[in-house]
Amino acid sequence: MAVASISVSETPLVLYALRRADDALILGHRLSEWCGHAPMLEEDMALANMGLDLLGQARELYSYAAKVERRGNDEDKFAYLRDVRQYRNLLLLEQPNGDFARTMVRQFFYAAFADVYWRAMMQSKDATLAAIAAKSEKESAYHLRHSSEWLVRLGDGTDESHRRAQTGIDDLWAYTGEMFAVDNSERGLIDAGIAVDPASLQPQWLKTISGIVSEATLALPANDWMQQGGRSGRHSEHLGHLLSELQSMQRTFPGATW
Amino acid sequence: MMATPNIPLWEVFIRSRNGLAHKHVGSLHATDATLALQAARDIYTRRGEGLSIWVVPSNAITASDPSEKGMMFEPADSKIYRHPTFYDVPDEVGHM
Repeated sequence: MAVASISVSETPLVLYALRRADDALILGHRLSEWCGHAPMLEEDMALANMGLDLLGQARELYSYAAKVERRGNDEDKFAYLRDVRQYRNLLLLEQPNGDFARTMVRQFFYAAFADVYWRAMMQSKDATLAAIAAKSEKESAYHLRHSSEWLVRLGDGTDESHRRAQTGIDDLWAYTGEMFAVDNSERGLIDAGIAVDPASLQPQWLKTISGIVSEATLALPANDWMQQGGRSGRHSEHLGHLLSELQSMQRTFPGATW
Repeated sequence: MMATPNIPLWEVFIRSRNGLAHKHVGSLHATDATLALQAARDIYTRRGEGLSIWVVPSNAITASDPSEKGMMFEPADSKIYRHPTFYDVPDEVGHM
């Protein structure tokens, strides 16, 4: 018997923490899908390590959301007992792994953002978010380093690796704008010094990715039309499939533990 | 998982938190030194083992020939006087 979804009281701070927690969980899960399938053993470990970094970030953010919400929810309920429309992650991060080049492009676009985002969030007036930022910043910095090195090698590698990397960039580009969008729920937190305005991070992000993409002999698309919806629960068709796998155990055997 | 043809082998050396010297911990495949260093970090320091990493191309290491081990190493076996075990070390010296 399947178990019902929880309801969440999405006050601005709860929603803010949930959005970042969902980002980390979904991308971390995507990386975990590579486990045992990576092109080489060394990269299998690297992808799993990054996935575990993100899972750790997700746990801290979910726990904080639960603490702020005070409705009896916890990290497991947030992860396992919300439907797809209740998930608040960026569309970019739920996109399927595709080939290795596409996975690296996705990681690169996000890590280049997360690196500056978490560094800025270390100044948050919310002590818990500032502490999570201090830990996450080092992890994101390495994710950026790792994905950058690969992107340069793929772009400036063989004709095939170049083509695959450029295809990854072209296909995922329209999902990058959502990282810098702000809604009313977040505007108040930004004004209060709890959250950082992501739009202020965009120039640095663009500078970082432009430099690496150029070094990789690749090109950013001229198209600036951007897809949005993940932050308010309007997801691509891919997230439902991801969640059906992620949640199947808890939905089938509620409360099961190791 | 695919095999890794034509990707060079690297030897990895880690200096631990309280260690003074880098110690050999294993090997890995990587296309170049930068990725070898990252792979070493990802494979050999996941549990906080290290503060410093060296990677060395395996083909840069000149090794002794196992078939010559008699000539190379057996002569030392009979020179036990080379071990500093014939001296009493005063307690005041402490850890040597």
